[in-house]
Amino acid sequence: MAPLISIKDLSVAFHGVPVLRGVDLALHKGEALGLVGESGSGKSVTWLAALGLLPRNARVSGSVRLDSREILGAPAAELDRIRGGRVAMIFQDPASALNPVLTIRKQLCESLALHRDISGGAVKAEARRLLDLVGIPDATRRLEAYPHEFSGGQVQRIMIAMALAGNPDLLIADEPTTALDATIQAQILELLSTIRREMGMAMVLISHDLGVVAENCDRVAVMYAGRIVEEAPANQLFADPVHPYAQGLIGALPPLDGPRRRLTAIPGTVPDPASMPDGCAFAPRCALAEAPCGIVAPSLAPIAEDRAVACIRAEASRRALLGIAAE
Amino acid sequence: MSRPLVEVSSISRSYSMRSGMFGRSAAIHAVHGVSLTIPRGETLGLVGESGSGKSTTGRIVLGLEPPDHGEVRFDDKPMATPGTTAWRAQRAHMQMIFQDPLGALDRRLPVAAQIREPLDIHGLGTPLEREERVRELLRAVELTPAHGARYPGALSGGQRQRIVLARALATKPDFLVCDEPVSALDVSIQAQVVNLLADLQAQLALTLLFISHDLRVVRQISNVVAVMYLGRIVEIGCADDLFARPEHPYTQALVSASPAPGRRSAGRIVLAGDPPNPAARPQGCAFHPRCPRTITRCASEVPALSNVGGNRQVACHLVTGPQVETRDAA
Ligand SMILES: Nc1ncnc2c1ncn2[C@@H]1O[C@H](COP(=O)(O)OP(=O)(O)O)[C@@H](O)[C@H]1O
Ligand SMILES: Nc1ncnc2c1ncn2[C@@H]1O[C@H](COP(=O)(O)OP(=O)(O)O)[C@@H](O)[C@H]1O
Ligand code: SF4
Ligand code: SF4
Ligand SMILES: [Mg+2]
Ligand SMILES: [Mg+2]
Repeated sequence: MAPLISIKDLSVAFHGVPVLRGVDLALHKGEALGLVGESGSGKSVTWLAALGLLPRNARVSGSVRLDSREILGAPAAELDRIRGGRVAMIFQDPASALNPVLTIRKQLCESLALHRDISGGAVKAEARRLLDLVGIPDATRRLEAYPHEFSGGQVQRIMIAMALAGNPDLLIADEPTTALDATIQAQILELLSTIRREMGMAMVLISHDLGVVAENCDRVAVMYAGRIVEEAPANQLFADPVHPYAQGLIGALPPLDGPRRRLTAIPGTVPDPASMPDGCAFAPRCALAEAPCGIVAPSLAPIAEDRAVACIRAEASRRALLGIAAE
Repeated sequence: MSRPLVEVSSISRSYSMRSGMFGRSAAIHAVHGVSLTIPRGETLGLVGESGSGKSTTGRIVLGLEPPDHGEVRFDDKPMATPGTTAWRAQRAHMQMIFQDPLGALDRRLPVAAQIREPLDIHGLGTPLEREERVRELLRAVELTPAHGARYPGALSGGQRQRIVLARALATKPDFLVCDEPVSALDVSIQAQVVNLLADLQAQLALTLLFISHDLRVVRQISNVVAVMYLGRIVEIGCADDLFARPEHPYTQALVSASPAPGRRSAGRIVLAGDPPNPAARPQGCAFHPRCPRTITRCASEVPALSNVGGNRQVACHLVTGPQVETRDAA
């Protein structure tokens, strides 16, 4: 089966400085993919680029296929139809995505009119149904309220309702709960997974929180300095990370119970995109780096049927595994 | 046993806030009857969602603002009145670091000059000694003199937080209040700063009040953890087993809401309702409108924080009230 969306060799540069350096990702219908990595690693830019949402000064290349149809560089009208239609996005700061001077009803109905073949009373009824669906009590009355009359968690629910207005096949949720308190975050994540299950919607969950991604996704991709460095089923990634960066991220997370141990911090900081090291971008921080790591950037290569890693060491062990002699 | 360095007895603080369309002034009970003790060289962690009163508690403990009721004692002496000479002398022994290091630093000054500032203010050492102390502090936070020559804008978030920490340590304080010091940092950098803080604490025998909404980070660094909800402590106990065996329904929900790799969300306690509003504090147990295990008396009687053995204190009718049977029935 062809993937719902497939990104190949996606690269982005701002003012000649590359920030995405060949990203490959694919998502099947109904699947939940997590995207983790330190801030600045290119998580948001990947999806902004894929959906044609980057400013003009961005140079984008590669391929993004939605149902096998190339959408990178597609005409504005087609992208407008896709965004909010088949593919919807929600962001960390939902308030900025809502218009403060319009009622929730106006904004929801606008979305519905744009992306659905319904009109008149049906639009309003559907708006009410969506608000109900995302768990806003007293939907009929609340439709007439303005964004500021809702709490942070409720605004994020409304954003989810707006995203659902176009009946999307894919929801890109970029740090959707980062600004929320723990108990409210749990509510929103549960809502997302319920809706996803009921609607058979695929989701990309972008988060810096490994726990959030682990619990809510089938598969996880780890990004570092504009590349995917490891991709694996969620349970396998956390039980047995292969890439030294993925190992570092997991080791840096303090345990919530059991014995306390010293955290394994990753030394140093993420490289500046304008002065990217040669070879593996992680080499300056990698405890396992060897001389060859500074020469060629390792490419993302499969190490098992559903796992891939971009690390020279993993490549070497894979070669050994497959009985291929190193050249 | 020697007396604890910090003793907080039953402090309360409310603010008045104009609210609603009639402009009525409502009282916000930011902190209500909070008592804490922090033994020398130990860390007390304070967790809770935003608005629960953690920062207000931190400011009062540091003497930055007085409590409406209650008392804070530092090194067995009452906190001096803000602004007095006695207060300044006391203040040199305590420092605070916040979440946003960029906001705490002056963008127009090299960071070494900012580390030096408290030494100049308190007139500590000769100019040469101050220079040496700045180098020593930079080393202590694992930075170099070259970092010291930079402006805040030319450092990463983690490096800036180290600078803030170096400056806080300049006067050799005994006590540090850290308010969400690593919340804005990526987890790998967070781990660097948490490790550094733990090392410095051990070397310098620092006493810490560590405030964070992040259960994991708080447990990592604390000996004892207190959980706040709407201005009150609802549970307090040893860091090692508080989150492994939470007794208060709110702590249970917090732990359950904390996502963990290797665990699927099945069986999670998801609280209904909105985050609590300090301006409309519910009667009785403030948690009752969201509590999945509430019983009749919760709506009218405030549960007292009581000892339940094993160095644990809990404020919940189910745990300490006479209705112990209902617990099993639930
Ligand atoms: N509009 C832009 N102009 C210039 N640089 C940008 C822009 N948007 C993002 N970047 C840069 O691209 C890199 C990746 O950013 P982003 O995708 O937002 O990271 P993440 O979402 O992983 O935190 C960063 O170095 C960021 O500074
Ligand atoms: N200076 C102030 N004036 C008015 N209200 C305040 C002030 N400081 C804190 N509050 C209120 O007190 C409550 C507790 O705040 P805070 O101590 O900052 O909580 P936390 O740090 O746990 O988020 C909040 O409702 C907050 O709005
Ligand atoms: S390629 Fe080398 S430097 Fe990069 S992660 Fe692997 S071992 Fe480390
Ligand atoms: S006192 Fe009642 S409402 Fe409060 S936490 Fe205990 S059971 Fe829940
Ligand atoms: Mg981002
Ligand atoms: Mg605070």
